[in-house]
Amino acid sequence: MSIKKSPWIIHYDGSSCNGCDIEVLACLTPLYDIERFGIINVGNPKHADILLITGGVNQQNKTVIKNLYDQMAEPKAVVAIGACACTGHFFAECYNMLGGVDTVIPVDVFVPGCAARPEVIIDGVVKALAVLEKKQQEKVTA
Amino acid sequence: MNAWIWGIVGILLTPVVAGLVGGIDRVITAKMQGRMGPPVLQPFYDVMKLFSKQNLVLNRFHHDLVICSLIFTVAAVGLLFAGENLLMCIFALVVGNVFLVLAAYSTNSPYSMLGADRELLQMLAAEPMILLAAVGIYMATGTFDINLIASGTHSAIQYLPGVFFGLIYVLTIKLRKSPFDLSTSHHAHQELVKGLSTEFAGPSLALFEIIHWYETVFVMALIYLFFASRPIVGIVAVLIVYFLEILIDNINARVKWDLMLASAWVITLIFGLGNLMLLFILK
Ligand code: SF4
Repeated sequence: MSIKKSPWIIHYDGSSCNGCDIEVLACLTPLYDIERFGIINVGNPKHADILLITGGVNQQNKTVIKNLYDQMAEPKAVVAIGACACTGHFFAECYNMLGGVDTVIPVDVFVPGCAARPEVIIDGVVKALAVLEKKQQEKVTA
Repeated sequence: MNAWIWGIVGILLTPVVAGLVGGIDRVITAKMQGRMGPPVLQPFYDVMKLFSKQNLVLNRFHHDLVICSLIFTVAAVGLLFAGENLLMCIFALVVGNVFLVLAAYSTNSPYSMLGADRELLQMLAAEPMILLAAVGIYMATGTFDINLIASGTHSAIQYLPGVFFGLIYVLTIKLRKSPFDLSTSHHAHQELVKGLSTEFAGPSLALFEIIHWYETVFVMALIYLFFASRPIVGIVAVLIVYFLEILIDNINARVKWDLMLASAWVITLIFGLGNLMLLFILK
């Protein structure tokens, strides 16, 4: 059965300014209602298929992000949301920053914007679905 | 022979019915919150996806304990539909529940352990009322045999309105709905991560969901037994009760465990035991 119809997400806030977080949560509200697509925000890495990360990576949260990623069951996908999560954005120069999420874990989809709009975030998750499906097929054939 | 067939039909139909009920539940919940909600078949998509995922087994007991739980819960529903002894069905369900708690305890996660602690408290709150309901049905119909209860000429409800009310009260605990979804919740936003089910992933979590489907049908069948002599009324009553549960879920926040335990026991004592004593004196 295709994983496409029930992608469960977990949202982690790296060192974001909370702008992107609010947009992620806006996706759950009646206006955007991502549950229409069977998407649930589960808040538990062991249940989740897609890891949404907002904000960049710093020395303190790099182990947390790695841990969350390792605890997810295969197949899994990572979506970096907002300019901060993609590259570090204007925090990149700070002494404690490592940069974007891809400095610690492999990222499948980059969602640009500051802040990323809910429509784009949903689009990013839909892109991640294609990645998940491909990984699932690889798992079956392997 | 007939009993066997009924039992097997019950076991096979339960996932279909409970999955659909779960889907309709999610759509109604979404509508109540001004959203569109997922497709009605969403619970089936979820479970099928979970089966296709990697199983993160933590130790050699974890997955086996979930399977034990499934076996006993399925057996409870099978026995119920086969028309066996009501008490035996209830105890089989409790054993299934205990295996689930053991599975959660077998992990090292503090969230999972706390969820298991709370699941035990939930059982402590709900089981006395469910047992009293069985005793009440015995006093009203003179038998624990589900076949005889179902084929009786008058319904238990006319003798047991108090017991029925008490049962609806603890049903919220059994269906894992607010305000009593302490050990694990259908919704993500809780302080225990996912409580009881935190450490289940992939196929284990799928089994967890299926166990919950069987539990749901079990308690619904229990409600139906109160109206057994009039099947149509029974089915309507079950639907109304389930709708009420959805409504209660949506208009309540979670309570603390001591309030749950105290209120459930007070209701059990006043409505459950009170009803039984009146019945004992008057009959
Ligand atoms: S991309 Fe912009 S809105 Fe989003 S976390 Fe960074 S600074 Fe905030």
